[in-house]
Amino acid sequence: MSAPTLVDYDEVVERFDPVLGLEVHVELSTNTKMFCGCPTDFGAEPNTQVCPTCLGLPGSLPVINHAAVGSAIRIGLALNCTIAPWGRFARKNYFYPDMPKNFQTSQYDEPIAVNGYLDLELDDGSVVRVGIERAHMEEDTGKSLHVGGATGRIHGAEYSLLDYNRAGVPLIEIVTKPITGTGARAPEVARAYVTALRDLLRALDVSDVRMDQGSLRCDANVSLMPRGSSEFGTRTETKNVNSLRSVERAVRYEMTRQAAVLLAGGTVVQETRHFDEATGTTSPGRRKETAEDYRYFPEPDLAPIAPSDEWVEQLHSTLPEMPWEHRKRVKAEWGLSDEELRDLVNAGALELIEATVAAGAPSSEARSWWVSYLAQQANTRGIALDALPIRPADVARVIELVAAGELTNKLARQVVDGVLAGEGGPDEVVEQRGLKVVSDDGALIAAVDEALAAQPDVVEKIRGGKVQAAGAIVGAVMKATKGQADAKRVRELVLQRAARE
Amino acid sequence: MSLDTPPPSGAITRDEVAHLARLARLAVTDDELDVFAGQLDVILGAVARVGEVAADDIPPTSHAVPLSNVFRPDERRPGLTQEQALSGAPAVEDGRFRVPQILGEEQ
Repeated sequence: MSAPTLVDYDEVVERFDPVLGLEVHVELSTNTKMFCGCPTDFGAEPNTQVCPTCLGLPGSLPVINHAAVGSAIRIGLALNCTIAPWGRFARKNYFYPDMPKNFQTSQYDEPIAVNGYLDLELDDGSVVRVGIERAHMEEDTGKSLHVGGATGRIHGAEYSLLDYNRAGVPLIEIVTKPITGTGARAPEVARAYVTALRDLLRALDVSDVRMDQGSLRCDANVSLMPRGSSEFGTRTETKNVNSLRSVERAVRYEMTRQAAVLLAGGTVVQETRHFDEATGTTSPGRRKETAEDYRYFPEPDLAPIAPSDEWVEQLHSTLPEMPWEHRKRVKAEWGLSDEELRDLVNAGALELIEATVAAGAPSSEARSWWVSYLAQQANTRGIALDALPIRPADVARVIELVAAGELTNKLARQVVDGVLAGEGGPDEVVEQRGLKVVSDDGALIAAVDEALAAQPDVVEKIRGGKVQAAGAIVGAVMKATKGQADAKRVRELVLQRAARE
Repeated sequence: MSLDTPPPSGAITRDEVAHLARLARLAVTDDELDVFAGQLDVILGAVARVGEVAADDIPPTSHAVPLSNVFRPDERRPGLTQEQALSGAPAVEDGRFRVPQILGEEQ
């Protein structure tokens, strides 16, 4: 198929109304898998976190992880859903080797949470309410490595290699109701939804929510209908959308692609599409299977789940402050404007600053470090702010040392550089690099006297009342002490010593 | 209908049992083909009888025992080593199960 000609975005939204449906899969950060006691740690050697149950060996039987159900219910409650009083797991049968059982255990028509919503705040402050259709429990699949063929993708591969460490990791799938009426802002809304959901899940402390590691994954369903119509068009489902930015790009690309197909008189094919991060485009994957193909039936090996009112109530009482409420509070406490707060959030700095404040630093200092010097360092290295090898507690310690007069701002940056270079914590770096402020007046006076003796003409000027001339002496002393003196104190001493002679 | 009534459809053949055994990667001897053909016949017959009484007003039974909320604590249990996990695999590479080509070339 030849590449379609894309349509200008303005024309797309002039002619069509987009409809979105977002499916987010989140891996729970439980100790063990959904139905067996295997670990769930990311990055282990292949097939070392497996047992007869998650390998589907004969004679093994699954048992439901209590903590995973608790997390699922908390997610449902936080999304304003109704918690189902009774529900079963089902077997989703398919022939594909990423599940050794030949089926995935999932909830089908009896999801644990239904009919909720999540409110999103867009960049301009407007609020969009996204309906939540359902949140259900299932298990993750194994990881396939396709060998041979040109692209490393499944098509054309000669054979595949399977690692089942991830098979059976608890997974919650959260599905929105169709999101309509967002027009040109559909891509932005999609991104804002995944962002808000990620923040919510992080506040609930139920998942690592690392899109780069796959613990949070988004599939974007997109369709177009002629402007003013109320009958949805044929949708595509784009997978492999692995960052917040990609969510926005993928939706936007699909809108322009589908518009081109429709405007050329064609029809959109209902299919799964694959997002390519490098080009920002989507390409066709497999044709969408219908629900019947999976031959769902209730899982006979697992007893139904019937959460008691008491349990649901108890879980409800464990819900944390919601991210949006939290932000409102921080904004008030730190005296920030909407814009300042949004900048901190967008820079990924809010939590780091809070942790730094929690470690004892004043919020203004903590903000200053994270949004200026540390943000620059992250930028230079091309990594996220929270990936910098420095802990908020380290930053708080540096701020403390500056406040105590033991470091100047300049020295403090050198200490931070040392921490970033892996030389240890701030105190170790100060010790090893010998960065303490020279606060011993004896040593400073000697250096000041030496500098004064070297520049008698300047001394004359100072004595003659030209106090600003002291700058030259201060500079010489700072140079001699390798910047480790407190410039203010040096200046005081210069004026004192110059007057004495 | 009594329990003795033969199944309504044709009997399971030895060839069908051999085919199933191959799909399930089970090594079945010649004698066992006959044994299993007979046993599978009995099972299919029993299931067919259920189908005769099933009606729209009878909800399908998914669980024979009226239990609910059977959970385990979120505690780790020893599993298999990589060597043990791969010991039954027909093909192995780099600590992973090696499986034949899954899909053909993209159209």
